[in-house]
Amino acid sequence: MTATAAMPATSKKPQDVQKEDAMWLQKELINRNYMELATARANNRKVSATFVPGNLNELLMCFDFARSLPETNALQNGMRKKSGKFIMDAERDGQSEDVCTYVKADLGMMMGGEIGPTGDPLPKPDVLLLSYTGCFTFMKWFELIRHKYGCETVMLHVPYQGEGRIDPNMRNYVVKQLKETVIPTLERISGVKFDIDRLRQYMRESEKAENDLVRVLQSAKNRPSPIDGYFGAVYYIGPIFTAFRGTPEASQFYSLLRQEIDERVRLGKGPITPDGEMGEEKYRLVTEGPPNWTSFRDFWKMFYDEGAVVVASTYSKVGGLYDFGFRHDADHPLESLADYCLGCYTNLNLPSRIDMICKYIDEYQADGLLINSIKSCNSFSAGQLLILREVEKRTGKPAAFIETDLVDPRYFSAANVKNRLESYFQMIKQKRAAGAAH
Amino acid sequence: MTAATQPRAIEIVEHCQSLFEDLDFNAVKQWKAAVPGRKAIGYMPVYVPREIVHAAGMLPVGILGGGDSLEVIQGDAYYQSYICRIPRSTIELGLTGRLDCLDGMLFPSICDVIRNLSGMWQILFKDKYVRYFDVPQNYQDAIGGTYYVHELEVLRDGLAALRGKPITDAELNASIRVYNENRAAIRDLYAYRAEKPWQAPTSEVYLLLRAGMVLPPEDHTKLVREYVAEVDKLPRPKRDNARVVINGSFCEQPPLGLIKSIEMAGCYIVDDDFMLVTRWLLDDVPEDGNPLEELSKAFLHRSASTAAKYDEKREDKGQFLLKQVKTGGAEGVIFAAPSFCDPALLERPMLQDVLSKHGVPHTAFKFAENTGQMAPIREQAGTFADSIKLWNAA
Ligand code: SF4
Ligand code: SF4
Repeated sequence: MTATAAMPATSKKPQDVQKEDAMWLQKELINRNYMELATARANNRKVSATFVPGNLNELLMCFDFARSLPETNALQNGMRKKSGKFIMDAERDGQSEDVCTYVKADLGMMMGGEIGPTGDPLPKPDVLLLSYTGCFTFMKWFELIRHKYGCETVMLHVPYQGEGRIDPNMRNYVVKQLKETVIPTLERISGVKFDIDRLRQYMRESEKAENDLVRVLQSAKNRPSPIDGYFGAVYYIGPIFTAFRGTPEASQFYSLLRQEIDERVRLGKGPITPDGEMGEEKYRLVTEGPPNWTSFRDFWKMFYDEGAVVVASTYSKVGGLYDFGFRHDADHPLESLADYCLGCYTNLNLPSRIDMICKYIDEYQADGLLINSIKSCNSFSAGQLLILREVEKRTGKPAAFIETDLVDPRYFSAANVKNRLESYFQMIKQKRAAGAAH
Repeated sequence: MTAATQPRAIEIVEHCQSLFEDLDFNAVKQWKAAVPGRKAIGYMPVYVPREIVHAAGMLPVGILGGGDSLEVIQGDAYYQSYICRIPRSTIELGLTGRLDCLDGMLFPSICDVIRNLSGMWQILFKDKYVRYFDVPQNYQDAIGGTYYVHELEVLRDGLAALRGKPITDAELNASIRVYNENRAAIRDLYAYRAEKPWQAPTSEVYLLLRAGMVLPPEDHTKLVREYVAEVDKLPRPKRDNARVVINGSFCEQPPLGLIKSIEMAGCYIVDDDFMLVTRWLLDDVPEDGNPLEELSKAFLHRSASTAAKYDEKREDKGQFLLKQVKTGGAEGVIFAAPSFCDPALLERPMLQDVLSKHGVPHTAFKFAENTGQMAPIREQAGTFADSIKLWNAA
């Protein structure tokens, strides 16, 4: 359900070199991964596919796999307006109109030949690492690919935090699976022997990048916020949630990004949008749920045109709750991988999700909560109406609800979304005025 | 006809029907009232180890949504239109006080909707025992088994705390025996139906299974056994119907009218995945071993297959269904899944493919627990039954 998108090119002139460097590097990273995948066969490299939440990038790198993330491919195809056709192709092939469109976008793409979002070849994976974190659809998704293409699948079952915490039994279970099923399978398929010191080395890199990412995300506590913690964050989380966590390039990217954002804070600047610097910051929001990809730019524009900035989002935590302290820990590599998987946002129970949102509203001094409910995604969406009520009750701040889809263009109604947003901004204004009158 | 002249089998079915229609769970209330201090624990599909609840002296109560007679008013405010019906009608049951007789709720790991419902329950019903019951998707004793035994222990401790005294191994083994008997009775009922589907129509078998959701297992076992013996005495005409297996209805329930429509359209349902909890463990669990370990082994190695469970190998996909087809002597499969049910609907294309490869005809439709219009379904099932008959005749 998450992101690796290339940063939007700003129509304004670059203001400083560092920002340009970070953007350039991010784009290059993403394209490079597609290139690595495209050339994997020629270079005799095996290809793995895995999901974003709870992805074990550091581990996969220990076996020299080229790494594909099907959610990211779906997202990229969504942004490039290719997903609509893929989804319909998959439906014609027997998939129900009711199920997750990420799955159908991926299956449709595979049916269309091994061509990825960038137009380069995207080889069939040699192994599907089914890290089953926070979504049941993942399991069916890889079973479907396995069924059709015969790819080998290895399951990593990550128990759900039903009680709102990770208990040792859960961690031990994940570690045991890593040791006894996942690692031996990856060794066999790749032909590379597992080296725990190599894993530690990658994890050290991860930690560096994680520190910088947190700093960037938390910069939104400033007024004005120098970043957009939802639309903008999609770009920031790209490398770390996908095939780059653990690489020196990712560390370099986050360090540059951090410098750039620090500089924006120093200068008291707001976020950069696809149309350049955002104007006056009028509304500070927290969002819950993934964005829509097929109309991403239009969707974002509805916010920045009104002076609305997202200061914190739950979506930017699907690949790790770094801002609550988690870091990959090279001293306890497997336990730390287990905690990583167990701790992703999608693996939290509803009460924990509500706590987290309330905390964001408080700490980022937000005006309210906006839920973007995704038709496709039961994992996120089932229960969001209760989240809305509870957050309103606990914070006294207004909340709003919109409905779109991830990659199915049929479910993005720009007029409806815009109307909703406009009345929501009105509501915030009225609430402020009422507050000021008291 | 008065009750006195009514055949016993029909009386049993009517009794089950009244239990089924009673959304106030009076049977549960009566059971509790009979002995002060008794407790009842609700559970949702698809599987929980009811043995542990029973061993605590509590009544396990299957909660399967509100069906087609409950008017959902408040529940709709909790769910978007693109989410299945069962969570909203279950919330409705809870908010209208109908589940007050339950002292706790178990939410098995079946899908993201039920999973999230467990958190909603924690928020909405703060004074109740609520547990999300996770099951392993790794089937090795030393890995998934160890994890699962621990989960079973947590459940055992939680219920022990609720009753104020530990649950002993002897109590657990006694409950395993009770459920072995219940499973055996249901196996016999299913075998009987597959053999003589005209004697034991699924609209009746279904009600018998539903009765098992609210009755103590001992009583339910007796009722099932008695039904099989009694229904065999009835003169019921045998028709030239198509023999089918139903798949996909393991969670949200089709309305009873839908099952009847399929039968009236010329199908004999010879196997299904209704109330899988009653047939989840495929054979007897040893009654004299370490109870939790035995329950774990039965789960890992000898349990039913459904969309909520991972198939370790590609070749495993669809094998359980194929076996149902073969053992039941079925001629086709009807996929009947709830609208918006991710597990059932994502599983379906794979199962369809396996069936096609084995030359088993199939058809598919969706339903909601409150589907009112049966005509299209009856028509589709009728066409399917006709095509099977034609195909067989050719
Ligand atoms: S259901 Fe949601 S979390 Fe799961 S794969 Fe689809 S979009 Fe991602
Ligand atoms: S009907 Fe399907 S989607 Fe709905 S709760 Fe049940 S298993 Fe989940």
